[in-house]
Amino acid sequence: MTAPATTPAPAPERAAPASAVHRLFVVRELGIALALVLLVAVTFAVNTRFLSAQNIKDLLLGATILAILAVGQAIVIITRNVDLSVGSILGLAAFATGTLFVDNPGLPIPVALLAGIALGAVCGAINGGLIAAARVPALVVTLGTLYVFRGLDYTWATGQQINAADMPPGFLRLGTASILGVPVLALFAVVVVVGAGLFLRSYRSGRELYAIGSEPDAARLYGIPVGRRVFWAFVTSGALAGLAGVLHAARFGTIDANAGLGQELNVVAAVVVGGVAIFGGSGSVYGAALGAVLLTTIGSALPVLGINPFWQRAAVGVLILAAIGLDRSLAVRLARRLAGGTDRGR
Amino acid sequence: MLALRGVSKSFGAVAALRDVDLELVAGETHALVGENGAGKSTLVRILAGVHPPDTGTMLLDGEPVTFGGPADARAAGIAVIYQEPTLFPDLSVAENIFMGRQPLRAGRRIDTAAMRARACELFGRLGVHIDPDRPARGLSIADQQLVEIAKALSTNARLLVMDEPTAALSGVEVERLFAVARSLRDDGAAVLFISHRFDEVFDLCERITVMRDGRWVDTAPTSALTVDAVVRKMVGRDVATLFPKLDTTPGDVRLDVRGLTRHGFFRDVSFTVRGGEIVALAGLVGAGRSEVVRAVFGVDRTDAGEVFVEGRRLPPGDTPAAIAAGLALVPEDRRQQGLVMELSVERNATLPRRWALARAGLLFGGAERRSAATWTQRLQVKAARPTDPVGTLSGGNQQKVVLAKWLSTGPRVLIVDEPTRGIDVGTKAEVHRLLSELAADGVAVLMVSSELPEVLGMADRVLVMHEGRLVADIPRATADEESVMVAATGAAPGAARGAQP
Repeated sequence: MTAPATTPAPAPERAAPASAVHRLFVVRELGIALALVLLVAVTFAVNTRFLSAQNIKDLLLGATILAILAVGQAIVIITRNVDLSVGSILGLAAFATGTLFVDNPGLPIPVALLAGIALGAVCGAINGGLIAAARVPALVVTLGTLYVFRGLDYTWATGQQINAADMPPGFLRLGTASILGVPVLALFAVVVVVGAGLFLRSYRSGRELYAIGSEPDAARLYGIPVGRRVFWAFVTSGALAGLAGVLHAARFGTIDANAGLGQELNVVAAVVVGGVAIFGGSGSVYGAALGAVLLTTIGSALPVLGINPFWQRAAVGVLILAAIGLDRSLAVRLARRLAGGTDRGR
Repeated sequence: MLALRGVSKSFGAVAALRDVDLELVAGETHALVGENGAGKSTLVRILAGVHPPDTGTMLLDGEPVTFGGPADARAAGIAVIYQEPTLFPDLSVAENIFMGRQPLRAGRRIDTAAMRARACELFGRLGVHIDPDRPARGLSIADQQLVEIAKALSTNARLLVMDEPTAALSGVEVERLFAVARSLRDDGAAVLFISHRFDEVFDLCERITVMRDGRWVDTAPTSALTVDAVVRKMVGRDVATLFPKLDTTPGDVRLDVRGLTRHGFFRDVSFTVRGGEIVALAGLVGAGRSEVVRAVFGVDRTDAGEVFVEGRRLPPGDTPAAIAAGLALVPEDRRQQGLVMELSVERNATLPRRWALARAGLLFGGAERRSAATWTQRLQVKAARPTDPVGTLSGGNQQKVVLAKWLSTGPRVLIVDEPTRGIDVGTKAEVHRLLSELAADGVAVLMVSSELPEVLGMADRVLVMHEGRLVADIPRATADEESVMVAATGAAPGAARGAQP
């Protein structure tokens, strides 16, 4: 394009990089999916019971909460921020749900769901408000609220525990029931993933989140309401953490103040393994959700494979490094391809 | 259509604009010229709604307006092409063009196909081929600028503001941009054009406004002005000689490049530069000039060829070794490659010498300050304080800091890539004087430049590249616009008009 008109137009050469670019965009999610398939296949070969209906169900149930948290985290990370308070918000929402049922035994389940989501959204609004108003990095703000929210949780719970007996059976059934063999909880995750995926891909404000993460200064120059968008990203992340808290209560039935403790790093790990760039601007919630499924699957596959479960954390660590390594090498290859692609008839 | 009355703007203690008036008329192309730091970019940012003016009013169609942000200005029909491209590297080219204004289909969802089609249509109007699906990351500066232009066109603006849009473009692209600007003007839009290239200003614009030190100096029809008159108004004094190259006797060969090749970028490039010589590397944008100097400096890998500095072979791809051997590279893109924008002026100026300045491995402020002061004074860097972040300086002063940074290492061979890109006349002459003095001191200077007057005025020899090959080595005596352009365009004399700066 920068070729002078006197040389033959290099247009035909341009087709190749286009498809190459497309392939490399797809490959991130594909890579995780392949890793997942490979892991499942190897484990299945060792022990065929790994793919029993019950075990699949357990896998999906296990991945649900992590996947929902990962979707919220991905939205935040795409804007070049991070939300470390999700584990604490989950704990707070889970305990609030339990308390709500203890106080109002006849409470309809949707109200409990909405209450959890609303509580999470309020926590997220606190995060987003502090970040937008005080212009403090999200890492610091959410590190602070991680402790604040957990502290509130401890103060509120004062060492008590809410047991399954305190909650209505209908609510607990939500945690175990399935429709056509798919656990209801997993359906929640699917709805969240598809909804967030559609929003991020096809709506203007969704694309603006990518723009903000890709180049915040340019976004400001361009008139994108950066502060407002980032605020809502944190509210969304908080609300999803609230939802995850309610589902946590439904699934486990027993809630103490430690619910979701340390979960934030698992979530960030899932998102990064899922191909979302830690400095924002690229990646998808589908990848993040796949990352969550992959991490959960590793957790249950390693014992089957006869590998000491203590290795699980190391395996997750290796996976993160592999994901980052893959990302780097893809970026380098892409850059080289594109540089070759803009060749002006050389 | 749009008028500024008595507009002032200060950043901290620095007054960037003082009581500026400007009148932009529909159907007219208006040029804004002035030295770096004259306040042009601040004015652009006020028009774009990025900064609100401190005092004064902005009138749109006679009505006072205030912009709460860039979105307001865009809604009012103002499109801005900034000096430095502001793209989102992770997003596709098409999305970069239509961000926030993407065509929608049912359910307010983005219509990707329509967006791509409209991007292609815009590029067609500009006569360029850029794949709308590729990410903006990795686009050359010229291509980034073209995307910016497409972005501005897509808004159907009533006022198009272009802040040095041509700095990175080749001649053909500049012609196309001008054709588009003229057709916009003929359709009744107002165009504000900012450039340091006077031939462009006089070629395109009907009226010229001159600014100096944040103040309005003069507005006059182009027909009533000459280049000399404009330059005098800009600098407030006569610029005696634009290109004061001193005559020197070339010494020994300092830099010897033999058969350098990087597949896909350049092949079999051989040349020498002697001490005291200024050798220009000319060619169209994309001919591979910057890539060659980057490879010589060891930033990029090479596939074949050798580089000798004063007879010693440089290990390929080893920048520290190149610096140790006495090479210095002042890169093309000073924001990204030349400076650490957040660090202070003095930190930047002493960056390559931080080991030499350290005592027992520790850097003490005093040594840094002294070294920085020497060089910033010699280059007349205008900064409020040496501790200010480099990012707050004007483009010309930033370039001086980059030069100071490398000159302080006492280089044997200095490579400068587009040393005066986006720099005003006064600073330009200073940079040229400096390069000339360095050559007189015996430094070998290799200068990549797209500006023909600069090439012809400064260089003892002109090397011309065309599509990755070195096609001509023209001595000063026979170098003129025609001979250089013929070589640069691959021997098509008709296109020689093309890449004049």
